[in-house]
Amino acid sequence: MLSGDRSHELLDAIAALPIGETRLMEVCGTHTMSIAKSGIRNLLPKHIHLISGPGCPVCVTVQEDIDAVLELAMKPELILTGYGDMLRVPGSRKGDSLLRRRAMGADVRIVYSPMDALDIAETEPAKQVVFLGIGFETTAPGTAAAVIAAKERGIKNFSLLSMLKSVEPAMRALIETNDFSIDGFLCPGHVATVIGEKGFDFLAEDYGLPGVIGGFEPGEILLALYLLLKQISEGRAVIQNAYPRAVKPEGNPLACQMLRDVFRLAPASWRGLGEIPDSGFVLKDELSNFDAAKRFCIESGAVVLQNGCRCGEVITGRRIPKDCPLFGRGCTPEDPVGPCMVSSEGACAAAYKYQD
Amino acid sequence: MEEIITLDYGSGGKKTSRLIEEYILPAFDNAALSELGDGALLPGAEAIAFSTDSFVVDPLFFPGGDIGKLAVCGTVNDVAMCGAEPKFLSCALILEEGLPVEILERVLQSMRCAAADAGVQIVTGDTKVVEKGRGDGLYINTSGIGFKKHSLPGIQAVRDGDAVLVSGTAGDHGTAVMLARSGMMSGELKSDCMALNRLTDAMLSSGAQIRILRDPTRGGLATTLNEFTEGRDFGIELDESAVPVRPEVTAACDMLGLDPLYCANEGKLVCICAADSAELLLEIMRSLPEGRDAAQIGRVDKSLPGRVVLRTSLGGRRILQKLAGAQLPRIC
Repeated sequence: MLSGDRSHELLDAIAALPIGETRLMEVCGTHTMSIAKSGIRNLLPKHIHLISGPGCPVCVTVQEDIDAVLELAMKPELILTGYGDMLRVPGSRKGDSLLRRRAMGADVRIVYSPMDALDIAETEPAKQVVFLGIGFETTAPGTAAAVIAAKERGIKNFSLLSMLKSVEPAMRALIETNDFSIDGFLCPGHVATVIGEKGFDFLAEDYGLPGVIGGFEPGEILLALYLLLKQISEGRAVIQNAYPRAVKPEGNPLACQMLRDVFRLAPASWRGLGEIPDSGFVLKDELSNFDAAKRFCIESGAVVLQNGCRCGEVITGRRIPKDCPLFGRGCTPEDPVGPCMVSSEGACAAAYKYQD
Repeated sequence: MEEIITLDYGSGGKKTSRLIEEYILPAFDNAALSELGDGALLPGAEAIAFSTDSFVVDPLFFPGGDIGKLAVCGTVNDVAMCGAEPKFLSCALILEEGLPVEILERVLQSMRCAAADAGVQIVTGDTKVVEKGRGDGLYINTSGIGFKKHSLPGIQAVRDGDAVLVSGTAGDHGTAVMLARSGMMSGELKSDCMALNRLTDAMLSSGAQIRILRDPTRGGLATTLNEFTEGRDFGIELDESAVPVRPEVTAACDMLGLDPLYCANEGKLVCICAADSAELLLEIMRSLPEGRDAAQIGRVDKSLPGRVVLRTSLGGRRILQKLAGAQLPRIC
């Protein structure tokens, strides 16, 4: 981490750059939280705007999928396992969530790794154990490893409900929307550890947009922002790596291979972006007996009643959290309407918690 | 939807406040209760402080303590925060069918030691056994009585510019238990579970101008500071870099997606005092093992009514809210 002094030098350097109104987007929930937590937004010059993009895996999950998970939890003799983030995500009926379902008797358990879900399946062979796979290229390889381990260990009562998604197709879809108005991307450091610097070349090559891969300490974020703004001030558009201690040019080839071994890409629905081709990680046919969607005949796509939630617009940077009519009124972390307000990486949760 | 109790109602944060304010206070409505201190000063016998607490920790044994030590220290501390000298405790045990007696014995021995260390006697109690599956092995409730020794003016006496002190590092207990629960190695990380009555007695006997004392248990430091400022005409500015946090707590919190400022403490106190008393108090606190890492972490500021504002180490400012619900480990 850079020292506080260096951070002030970076802030001064940013302020001195000859640029006008500039909109930058971060597409990683950990960046969103770190920016809000460290108060970076109110240290930057007024003409630089930081917009949160589709970087929080829970937030980009569509309501239909969340409702399907809530229904799945109520099946008898079934243990639903997942990360803590999912517990408070609201269903389409206000007040509904896995936390509530658990209070009603559903067996919902927080795990720290999909491997923990495998261990539960092994110790409770009479029950079905489902792991909620959620996240981007960061968490997908670990989930893939658990499926491989389940196959090798012959654990038949384990299955995966995959809501895993790929970042690149979503960034492309976002850039190709009519009202897209972002000048550069703060690229997600965690995803980049897997897909590498090269994974973001498409930004510069196909769209002429600059991108800088950044770490997560406030000083690392400031450095990435400075490099990004410097490119913009010079009219350049390349991908730079400001997080070289973790991110290699080619990423992690083993993790990428594991993804290709276990998953195929299929169309997936994204909140705020709609259905995007080749953006969802689905288990390959030879592993489909571990697919919870098939095992429990889970069908997503039931039409959800409108409840005024604008999370879709927040995720795509069209609306800042405070401009949502529900923000802080009908929708708070205690009584949320949309996932952005409860996910630990959600833009609304960050804006509400830190009044950023 | 019908309102039902979820785990969030037990977090010590906003939902707990709602449970208390909307359901419990109206049901029992009286002057001693409505003060909402860590313990009550009894009307007609203001020289007596009275408090109660239930302990449902999982696992029963964790690095730095166990449910028995916690049950004694927790109630002793609640009584001590009223400026009273804790003297007597009750102990009610709810045992689950199947609990090995050896475990109960270990817990009782731990309570005996903790009570002896704190100078209190356990003088009354109760036992109940519930069917297998209807309890988590062992639950303990303790109530405590103490005799008021010092007068504490309370939250009404807080002035602009007052100092905010903490007796040591933040988040040790919550993080240690969370790690123990996840089955991960905790290394050097231990719960801070300990009695603070010796520390409060030394502080209150010094003649320093102390306004209020509280132990920041559930919901952590951030929630306790918010309880101070809620509905008041003053706020608190907290200096992030001044809040003592063990490096291993920071590391564990980063990994689990938690914030040390919201993690429970079981052996720490927060004190608001006159600015010119801060130095004396810090010296007294640091002279005792309970307050070895004591620090001034912020000050009272009338320009921020009702709020707790954190000045980040980068120089930014952000609001520090009460905990919204139970802290949950995050995704990646």
